[in-house]
Amino acid sequence: MSNLALRVDDIGKQYNIFKENIRYSTLRDKLVNTLKSPVKTLINPTGSEKFWALRHISFSLEHGQVLGIIGKNGAGKSTLLKILSRVVEPTEGVAELYGRVGSLLEVGTGFHPELTGRENIFLNGAILGMKRTEIESKFDEIVAFSEIDKFIDTPVKRYSSGMYMRLAFAVSAHLEPEILVVDEVLAVGDAEFQRKCLGKMSDVASQGRTVLFVSHNMSAIQRLTQECIVLDEGKMVMRARTPEAVDYYLTNDFSESGERRYKDAEIPPDAHPFKPLAVRVKNAADVTTDNQLSVEPITVEVEYTLATDITGLRVGVYLMTSRGEYVFTSFDTDDPEAFQSRSVRKAGHFISRCTIPADTFNEGRFVIGINASSYMVKRYFGDERALSFNVNTTGAPGMHWVEVRHGPIRPRLDWRIEELR
Amino acid sequence: MTTNALDTRKTIAPVVIKPSRGWVGLRLKDLWLYRELVYFLTWRDLKVRYKQSVLGILWAILKPFMAMVVFTIFFGNFAKIPSDNVPYPIFSYTATLPWELFATALGVASRSMVSNSNMISKIYFPRMIIPLASVMSSVVDFFIGFTILIGMMFFYKISPTIATLWLPLLILLALITALGIGFWSSALMVRYRDVGYIMPFISTLWMYLTPVVYPASMIPEKWRLLYALNPMTGVVEGFRYALLGTTQSVSAGMILISSGISILILITGLFYFRRMEKQFADMI
Repeated sequence: MSNLALRVDDIGKQYNIFKENIRYSTLRDKLVNTLKSPVKTLINPTGSEKFWALRHISFSLEHGQVLGIIGKNGAGKSTLLKILSRVVEPTEGVAELYGRVGSLLEVGTGFHPELTGRENIFLNGAILGMKRTEIESKFDEIVAFSEIDKFIDTPVKRYSSGMYMRLAFAVSAHLEPEILVVDEVLAVGDAEFQRKCLGKMSDVASQGRTVLFVSHNMSAIQRLTQECIVLDEGKMVMRARTPEAVDYYLTNDFSESGERRYKDAEIPPDAHPFKPLAVRVKNAADVTTDNQLSVEPITVEVEYTLATDITGLRVGVYLMTSRGEYVFTSFDTDDPEAFQSRSVRKAGHFISRCTIPADTFNEGRFVIGINASSYMVKRYFGDERALSFNVNTTGAPGMHWVEVRHGPIRPRLDWRIEELR
Repeated sequence: MTTNALDTRKTIAPVVIKPSRGWVGLRLKDLWLYRELVYFLTWRDLKVRYKQSVLGILWAILKPFMAMVVFTIFFGNFAKIPSDNVPYPIFSYTATLPWELFATALGVASRSMVSNSNMISKIYFPRMIIPLASVMSSVVDFFIGFTILIGMMFFYKISPTIATLWLPLLILLALITALGIGFWSSALMVRYRDVGYIMPFISTLWMYLTPVVYPASMIPEKWRLLYALNPMTGVVEGFRYALLGTTQSVSAGMILISSGISILILITGLFYFRRMEKQFADMI
């Protein structure tokens, strides 16, 4: 018998997009539509268009392997995980899973605010498929991991969001399936908690269990996986060793124009009321371009609309190297006064713009990610690889030596040479 | 631990994921594997139901009791509806109890899929568990209300007979009916939210089609077997027979027809639910 953990063969998933963009209909609508245009209704009874969220996906994985799945928003990553965790049924193709599958599609599913931490551990554990005896034997471990022992008998509606997340992750992390499917759990929580989650996940992997890991966080992908598949518009573009796949993902398939416009299909429904329109990089002459000079200031613009007012919104950028290392993160309301004066951002059309000073970057390609969130409340939209641009270091410090300068930044520092007598 | 996992994986057959077409099997074995989840969800529904309510579990008594008081005043005293030679209050309470069990179970089961949409779109488990657990959670209310009935039987000096042994079967019959319709309505409600508005109305109408405030003996003899096509007729008159010893309204044929219909509803409901199941996560 082979050591196969899972085999995916030509899996595809087709969705209907309802034209009125509603997720459920009423009988009345259906009757009215049928009367209005009987022929159309006969041909296409739901009045919807079909599109393939995922198609022709085939791969296999052996026990003990950790596979990363990367791709931009709307590439089909989450759909693939949902199929493998049996939440949705594929439209075509076959997948075989050898072993119990546990999924962390979103931690805290089934948590009930009125129940206490203790009660939720048992409930959530049962929903995730754990036996009662299994939960009992791991109960102390779960409580210790989540660091909420004092509040274990308090209803979780009184928890801070951090406590809630810790407890939710703790339950999921103590599930011990042969195949673990993880989607973006690391997007939440503080740095310390994220570190703990990553640690737990590498434990899982080192115990010889199989992990499928979807994330936009390239440093997490690089730390946890040896191999990745890259999805784009529902198709599998490549399967390769992680460094190669991450490099491909971060640098390929960008428009070379210095601007990224968002199509409606790329924006997840839960981004509402935030709607990203475009991200741009401009040079000192206010021209949108992919090629930037390190010796001149670079302007980054995020253009978006808000359908309704948002309290505490912050729109910001991540800057990363092409290898996925963060250079910096910055938000438009980092200045406390700006944050106060913009505590409620009205519905409307905005551009958040910042200027990166001259002499910041070293030579190479850089990636801009954007994030729109209300701190500790909701992450409306995030795109870790919205756009990339090239930096040319002509005229930068030290260019008279033809050598590769290490490090992503190349600041012009104020060197003084003092001669001591 | 790891070696254990290695050993078991050799013996288990792979889980095969592929598109299903048309009518599919019931997979009752899955339901058995997840039996603990049924228990936990039932327990959650119970815990949550009366949180932040002052009277809490007393509501389980107050609802049927107040209904009985109103029925007695208007239908018993003013309208002088016959009650098969039993005092009207206990006549109506004996019927209100199973009726409330059915109506509550049906109400929560119908809404159950939509109110648990968060779980359905995130995690796999046999979806049938959700309506099942919500039906189970209404049984507790029934038993609390039952204590009042025992009190009333003492008060009216009605002693139970051997026929009382039928009760568990009759309770089961009410639950099967609620569950069967619950499968239909909860699956339909995922697609059409209208069901949420229709169900309370159907439930009210249905009560008047069921001999709760009047005896089935008021129905002309020749229509009575047709009347038994309403499975709750058999349940309610069966209850009166089992507890109060009334024989005017009930017959073996009535119970058989009611049971047959309710089993039919359950089986068709199960298959319909399973057929729609694959679309739930996409549509909910």
